[in-house]
Amino acid sequence: MSPPVNAPVNLPANPPTSPIVEADNLSRHYTVRRGLFAKPATVRALDGVSFTLDAGKTLAVVGESGCGKSTLGRIVTLIEPPSGGRLRLDGQPTEEVTPELRRKVQLVFQNPYGSLNPRRKIADALAEPLEILGGTSAAERRDRVLTMLEKVGLRREQAERYPHMFSGGQRQRIAVARALMPNPEVLVLDEPVSALDLSIQAQVLNLLMDLQDEFRLAYLFISHDLSVVRHIAQDVMVMYLGKAVEKGPKAAIFATPRHPYTRVLLAATPIADPRRRRDRIKARGELPSPLAPPPGCPFHPRCPLANERCRVEVPGLTQAGAQLVACHAVEEGRD
Amino acid sequence: MAAEIATRPPHPFVEGWHYFKQNKGALAGLIVFVAFVLIAAFSPWLAPYSPDAQDRAAVLVPPFWQEGGSTAHLLGTDAVGRDLLSRIMHGGRWSLFIGLVVIVISMSGGILLGLCAAFARGFVDTLIMRVLDVLLAIPSLLLALVVVAILGPGLFNAMFAVALVYMPHYARLTRGSAMSELQKDYVTASRVAGASVWRLMFRTVLPNCAPPLIVQATLGFSTAVLDMAALGFLGMGAQPPTPEWGTMLADAREFILRAWWVVTFPGLAILISVLAVNLMGDGLRDVLDPKLKRS
Amino acid sequence: MSLLEIRNLTVRFATASGWFTAVEGVDLSVEKGEIVAIVGESGSGKSVSMLAVMGLLPPTAQVTADVLAFDGKDLLTISPAGRRALTGADMAMIFQEPMSSLNPCFTVGFQIEESLRLHLGLNKRQARDRAVELLTQVGIPSPAQRLSAYPHQLSGGMSQRVMIAMAIACDPRLLIADEPTTALDVTIQAQILDLLVDLQERRGMALILITHAMGVVAETAQRVVVQYAGWQVEKQDVYGLFDHPHHPYTAALLAALPERAVEGARLASIPGVVPGQFDKPSGCLFHPRCPRADQRCVEVRPVPAGPELGQAVCHYPLGGTR
Repeated sequence: MSPPVNAPVNLPANPPTSPIVEADNLSRHYTVRRGLFAKPATVRALDGVSFTLDAGKTLAVVGESGCGKSTLGRIVTLIEPPSGGRLRLDGQPTEEVTPELRRKVQLVFQNPYGSLNPRRKIADALAEPLEILGGTSAAERRDRVLTMLEKVGLRREQAERYPHMFSGGQRQRIAVARALMPNPEVLVLDEPVSALDLSIQAQVLNLLMDLQDEFRLAYLFISHDLSVVRHIAQDVMVMYLGKAVEKGPKAAIFATPRHPYTRVLLAATPIADPRRRRDRIKARGELPSPLAPPPGCPFHPRCPLANERCRVEVPGLTQAGAQLVACHAVEEGRD
Repeated sequence: MAAEIATRPPHPFVEGWHYFKQNKGALAGLIVFVAFVLIAAFSPWLAPYSPDAQDRAAVLVPPFWQEGGSTAHLLGTDAVGRDLLSRIMHGGRWSLFIGLVVIVISMSGGILLGLCAAFARGFVDTLIMRVLDVLLAIPSLLLALVVVAILGPGLFNAMFAVALVYMPHYARLTRGSAMSELQKDYVTASRVAGASVWRLMFRTVLPNCAPPLIVQATLGFSTAVLDMAALGFLGMGAQPPTPEWGTMLADAREFILRAWWVVTFPGLAILISVLAVNLMGDGLRDVLDPKLKRS
Repeated sequence: MSLLEIRNLTVRFATASGWFTAVEGVDLSVEKGEIVAIVGESGSGKSVSMLAVMGLLPPTAQVTADVLAFDGKDLLTISPAGRRALTGADMAMIFQEPMSSLNPCFTVGFQIEESLRLHLGLNKRQARDRAVELLTQVGIPSPAQRLSAYPHQLSGGMSQRVMIAMAIACDPRLLIADEPTTALDVTIQAQILDLLVDLQERRGMALILITHAMGVVAETAQRVVVQYAGWQVEKQDVYGLFDHPHHPYTAALLAALPERAVEGARLASIPGVVPGQFDKPSGCLFHPRCPRADQRCVEVRPVPAGPELGQAVCHYPLGGTR
């Protein structure tokens, strides 16, 4: 393997400070109307999730649809306020959203076709965050736009084009460039490569890793693709129905997954090696609807290890080896 | 075969033109409409007479191909001896002007209301939309008549009335497409960049709602011309001697049986211009509405 | 005789700016009871050739082929009635978006029974019994109740199971699955893939799996066709393909997989993008992105190599003598 293009900067240049993102028991509940006469239901899209993220590090949030990973991303990017819990960015509380706070955290979306305004030139789209922040002249903004385009591997003359003239991979580069324009400290990446072709996915992942080294960015990497997560993240948080079920360093989670759901997820991920076809540990049944989550442990209806306690009592995160696991079976040593 | 293979993506305008001209009706509509615009614009020079000049010696002269007609008045004259051709040519100016003004007023009002409803949601949304629903529930001509009755007859009041009648259409359309645009990621991206509500409304969302609005405006142009003609016919719109097509029809009412030409030609002018604009709007929809675009 | 025989298939589309060739020179024969995967990125035309087989292309498409035959029946000259009798009965297809493949206005039961009654001439009672049986086969719990459910009441995985049930309703000899699991979650994807392979084995039908995911190919297929920009650049059995890819594109795709890279290191990426309608290169379509390309690749269009080199459409296939 070739060495990284940029010298690694994750050596502590300045003395260790507090984490850049501190999420404490975040939750987000929605009220959903179900028809004219039915009582409105409460969806716990996110239910008590805590984590910290340091500068220059990547935390991957893994899970399937309805697990709350995108909601978490929206809360961290300050698009939605949490219903409960506290979020601190760079040590500052986020109850009141100031432009300075907004600048610190930016977002890259999954679908590069929907995330760029089809009627604005690339240069204008990139300059927008600076224009809103103020304090820069048009010439200055233009200069920074062109520099940033080159940084993400596009040519200067492409600045005057419209999004439809670019391929999916190029658009995702543009989306990354726009997110970086206001000099953020955290990037929330919501499935940034899952809509891209394999050969393009590698290009974008490399770009993200280069940029992280260069700007000491913290990534909250939301994904369902475990092979990508394994490649890019330092820490992993596995979510199921709004709760974190397993959390810890990547190496531990991939080498010795403890939570039955993590194991199922790992086993279900196809491996590109026909000699390693094997009988999978199968999860029975479907993903439950967040409208009617099962009582007790959310995974118990699909879990091979579930017992009476799992059906009643919600497990909390407890230390198991190098990681935190929310599972009664692990806690009781039944796994 | 190989020569047909293009090497460069076509400019959006070129591509749009390709789709537009495939619709033969739209092409014809465009040609007729452009002809109308040119004639109206140059009517002072093209028209053989002034629209108000009365030739007492030639009252109710039939068109030139009929017995008693003369080439001095190609389409004949009306009851006070005014040249019909000249009046229709000048009338085109009024009709185009009316269409334009009505669209500008109703579209800007509708866009504003629609955007407010889409962004505010909740109570404000419900309030705006229900009021507009009530407006939509009243037959359009009746509503226009009521408004004119309140404001008093006259060209500008009538234009305002017609604009008010058509505003709900634009408001609903704007609200609908704004709501679906608001779901899109690029709006969220703008929000994350810290964009204010006004910026989101007019710079981020509105340009993307434009295609259906443009189509609606084209089609609305013809209905505006028609409604103004109707108001003119009822004596509530342009007042004589303005050579507005509807008013011309109204003036000629009593001669329908004796002199068919005084009603037929203004009527034909309305019919042809409205048809041309409608056909053109259809073609425009093919171009601008991506859902109907062929693969 | 092969079940499906395609030789030199070319599909072109009439667009606003002239003809666009979506696939060119496609050769494929599929035997009974085989799983063939067609793998490629977007724009590789991997679905187009199968849509041509099914007769599902839009009218702007022009299909030419030396041979396009299913079970000896020529699909190029088949009558519309003959086509209808074949489609859905002897060969069936399932698509990427199960949610939009079902008609939201009718119950699941009605939609399954409809095809049973049309193709097999069953009466209402028989059709219902058969529908329950089919839903059981595709692993839907309490199938009798599910028959009266509307599509919006089903999850994505359930909808795809229903689509599979409909596809196998008339015992097709060929099932074409176009990205059947792309829209589904990982655990559900695994269930659906297992189901497809299981059904294929039990019924001895041929399965053509169109996908972009190398992992899915490795876990299911027996033979693999790699497609790039409308060309079939490589054809091999699955072990050979993953062990010794012969076309540089296949090799580069495999090298770009994160799971094959050293953790935390940069991935081996392929520079550039898949050529589209307006930038088809001369000579070999892959030469602008190929590390091994030389002047000959720019000028001369390569021809497929022998089967020992995976029929790689390359002047200098990997593992060959240069």
